Amino acid sequence: MMSSDKSVFLIGQGVKSPWYVGNTARGLLEKFGTERVIDTPVSENAITGVAVGAAIAGMRPVVVHPRMDFMLYAMDPIINEAANWHYMFGGRSNVPVVIWSIINRGGEQAAQHSQALHALFAHIPGLKVVMPSTPYDAKGLMISAIKDDNPVIYIDDRWLYNIEGEVPEEIYEVPIGKAIIRKEGKDITLAATSYMVYEAIQAAEELSKDGIDVEVIDIRSIKPLDKKMLLNSVQKTGRFVVVDGGWKTCGFSAEVSALVSENGFKYLKAPIIRVTLPDTPAPASYRLEKEYYPTHIDIIKGIKKAIGDEEE
Amino acid sequence: MKKYTKGFLENLYRQIIRIRFCEESLVEPILKGEIKCPCHLYSGEEAIATGVCAALEERDYVFGNHRSHGHYLAKGGSMPELIAEIYGKETGCSKGRGGSMHVIVPDKGLLGAAPLVAGTISLAVGAALAAKIRKEDRVTVSFFGDGAAGEGVLYESLNFASLKKLPIIFACENNLYSTHMPIRECRPGNNIFKSSVPFCIPGYRVDGNDVLKVYELSKKAVELCRKGQGPVFIEFMTYRLRGHVGPDDNIQGTHTDIRPKTEIEKWTKRDPIKRFEKTLLKNRILTKEDLEIIRKETEAEVKNAYVFTMNSPYPEKNELTKYVFKE
Repeated sequence: MMSSDKSVFLIGQGVKSPWYVGNTARGLLEKFGTERVIDTPVSENAITGVAVGAAIAGMRPVVVHPRMDFMLYAMDPIINEAANWHYMFGGRSNVPVVIWSIINRGGEQAAQHSQALHALFAHIPGLKVVMPSTPYDAKGLMISAIKDDNPVIYIDDRWLYNIEGEVPEEIYEVPIGKAIIRKEGKDITLAATSYMVYEAIQAAEELSKDGIDVEVIDIRSIKPLDKKMLLNSVQKTGRFVVVDGGWKTCGFSAEVSALVSENGFKYLKAPIIRVTLPDTPAPASYRLEKEYYPTHIDIIKGIKKAIGDEEE
Repeated sequence: MKKYTKGFLENLYRQIIRIRFCEESLVEPILKGEIKCPCHLYSGEEAIATGVCAALEERDYVFGNHRSHGHYLAKGGSMPELIAEIYGKETGCSKGRGGSMHVIVPDKGLLGAAPLVAGTISLAVGAALAAKIRKEDRVTVSFFGDGAAGEGVLYESLNFASLKKLPIIFACENNLYSTHMPIRECRPGNNIFKSSVPFCIPGYRVDGNDVLKVYELSKKAVELCRKGQGPVFIEFMTYRLRGHVGPDDNIQGTHTDIRPKTEIEKWTKRDPIKRFEKTLLKNRILTKEDLEIIRKETEAEVKNAYVFTMNSPYPEKNELTKYVFKE
């Protein structure tokens, strides 16, 4: 994108350091120089504002927050300014910025290096929020986010960085607002976000041994949400479990559950089940961490509950 | 005075009067309740917007704050669209979606005004960065008040702008009050202009009620920015003759303006418009009759802005959710 569109630039903390952003920015500095690959001091509020301001002035910046928790310093430019900008000026100005952040969970990093805040941003009118789970989508959604004329919050999960997959060389888009079925099934709909998609697939594979046919939907786009795909699937299966790597209360899982019960109540044969983080800050100790993050085992339990086959 | 053409000075006078008359025209409709949108009037501070914007070209960028009617008019915004915006009309500069605190003139370089204190400073730095990346000869001005000097983002912005040597002027309009709070209660020293010095940005202070001094210093700052020697920080000393919001801070029946009468009187004597008129007459640039003609013409302009507004429709109900996203 940086080659084909001169208005695209990358700015943020550690863009030249793999320690911060993995290998995602490798080679960019050599190719595009410090004018368009801008490593910055620790000033999340101003730097995000700079990206928003540059977007208002016609650029298409990508601003990175390698630890999502630090992005909270930038709530003013993201929410007060970027999200409202197009509306409050009656469509006379817009903010084509990508705010890329990485959920940094696990590794005994505790409460301030682990937070998954996608629901918080999805709550705000004017923001789009995407969470890719595959390398193919990571590229395709980033390209769509850059091309989008609105502010897009693009959220990675550190646990996804070891996943390998085919990624075409060329520029291609994965549309924002479209979920994807990762595994078709007829007995129950299992919707998952980001890294939790892999736990969901594993759960589905294990349940297939018991003859339970799970449909796994990778949400990909938190906002706008692919309501049609979710409701079509629930109409087919009659049961719904949602798995999210964020907290439960007022979280993304709550929104999806409300959506399904509001619009698909007549299809439901059983209550909706949510598998999420407990409403607790992330602990440091490995022992507690293992308890904290849901896995395919928790998902299997949730699915069995939804089909009325509880073992507990 | 000889270095200025008559036309230049006349335009300066026209601009400063336009802002004053436009602002004062809002007083009555606010008191009558015709205008419900909160208006932070710029009366008393007009010399700053007038002088700074006279030093800019149309291509230069400006970001404003909650008190930006003056910045809007001085950067070339249309008066009818401003009044229509304040009345919530579809023909307003922000189609009635933004109101008094969200004015914009994209084609004349006012990229937006927004009221979160210090909120647009970093945006202005971003616009300056955009101009630098694109190698454009464009200066950005960030207008903010003395209250913004209490926000951390100002210092982050100064640091980054200086690191990248951006063509930006940080224009602090110090009217001595952060809403109701006098500056002596906000900071231990009245020295905002020194704030930029630790970031290797020169800081200047100037009488913000003297339009020619404002213009001269702004011109110098713009030249520095154009030569790649930005950023520049300027503190303009001024005073608002009206309340923080509305004519007299009479918010829902509570008079919150606690400023001493003697202080208001002292600053009324330093009214930037009276002072400029005196200069123009003393140096025989314009006659009393000339001034009167300009005043009459401006009155007519203001009147027309209201006629335009009253004849304009409100936004359609079914367009409530339009503009949340750019389609």
